[in-house]
Amino acid sequence: MTTLIKLEEISHAVPRRAFLTRSGLLLSGTAVALLSGRDALAAKSGKGAESDLRILNTALGAELEAIAAYQVGAESGLLQKPVLDLAVSFQGHHKQHADLLYKTITQLGGKPMAARDKYVFPVETLKNQTDVLRFAASLEKGAVSAYLGAIPVFGNRDLSKAAGSILGDEAMHWAILRNAVGDVPVPDAFVA
Amino acid sequence: MKPGRRRHAALAMLLSLACHQVLAAGDAEPDAGAAARGALIYERCAACHALETDRTGPRHCGLVGRRAGSVPGFDYSPAMRQSKIIWTAANLDRFLKAPLAMVPGTAMGYDGIKDQRERRDLLAYLAKAGQGARCRAVPAAAGPPAARPMAHQRPAR
Ligand code: HEC
Repeated sequence: MTTLIKLEEISHAVPRRAFLTRSGLLLSGTAVALLSGRDALAAKSGKGAESDLRILNTALGAELEAIAAYQVGAESGLLQKPVLDLAVSFQGHHKQHADLLYKTITQLGGKPMAARDKYVFPVETLKNQTDVLRFAASLEKGAVSAYLGAIPVFGNRDLSKAAGSILGDEAMHWAILRNAVGDVPVPDAFVA
Repeated sequence: MKPGRRRHAALAMLLSLACHQVLAAGDAEPDAGAAARGALIYERCAACHALETDRTGPRHCGLVGRRAGSVPGFDYSPAMRQSKIIWTAANLDRFLKAPLAMVPGTAMGYDGIKDQRERRDLLAYLAKAGQGARCRAVPAAAGPPAARPMAHQRPAR
């Protein structure tokens, strides 16, 4: 990556929204609410509200899927302690992300999607602990990219910030999982 | 047309479109390493997509040449289902550059791949993977077989 913004993209940039200027720091390190009451109202009626809800719901879907994937890993019998504990703790983070997304969608007047009855993972390719960890790492890497891709398309910048907060957590998971299988934990100066 | 011939036709179309775009950009021909590099770009999609199975997003086996929003049983947004897009290489290139600009209302809340070379590599990978063993083992998604005329049929939902 050589430049952060390509000139041709500037015209597509999402305009800064009015409520941005009056929203304070809503997301603390241990965020429990993405939006204060007032911002929620503004966001509900804002122009990008419908679109934001769709983005949030897709993110929720991916988090629910990640939770299910870690469950498969944890129940596979292939993970030994302390790796198993690690997987369970990462799954806990994804549960917290899902929780937060669920609450935010509800607060914005949307209908959060429910977890599916059944998720399909390539379990036949998971034969040992390393396979499971590499699979988890691929999902975490994908999650980093997904949140990175969500940040610029939220209309509400508080949501972009929240996505950044979650992205940071997923990136830590990814690095630790890479480390656990013996890969260079942080392969690059940038994520994409 | 027989399934095999349609696959070839789709691939030929894809390749010609890819070449056309490359030449238009005054760039080099897509080289042998394009699909391999594209596989790495595809890792960015892994939170939501897989080749063979529906995840948060629909499966990608059979993608090239199929109608947008047509994987049976996948819960698409109305915007995608009604978009009437056929996933040619050119349309995929446009979509992946800026999904929400091409399909306003899509549930794929993703900014897109802005780098043309990365998109070209990604498309080379998607085309190649669609012809590969993993996708051939997915009967309902591999294709486009004659049994699934995606350009006209509504998904069974
Ligand atoms: C945050 C999750 C997410 C990410 C990341 C993501 N997608 Fe999607 N994708 C979706 C969803 C959800 C849909 C269905 C969209 C709809 O119904 O509007 C979709 C739809 C698509 C479609 C249309 C398929 C069809 O059957 O009509 C294509 C093509 C696609 N995605 C390609 C990609 C590629 C390539 C990447 C990686 C560069 C990617 N997506 C990243 C969630 C995602």
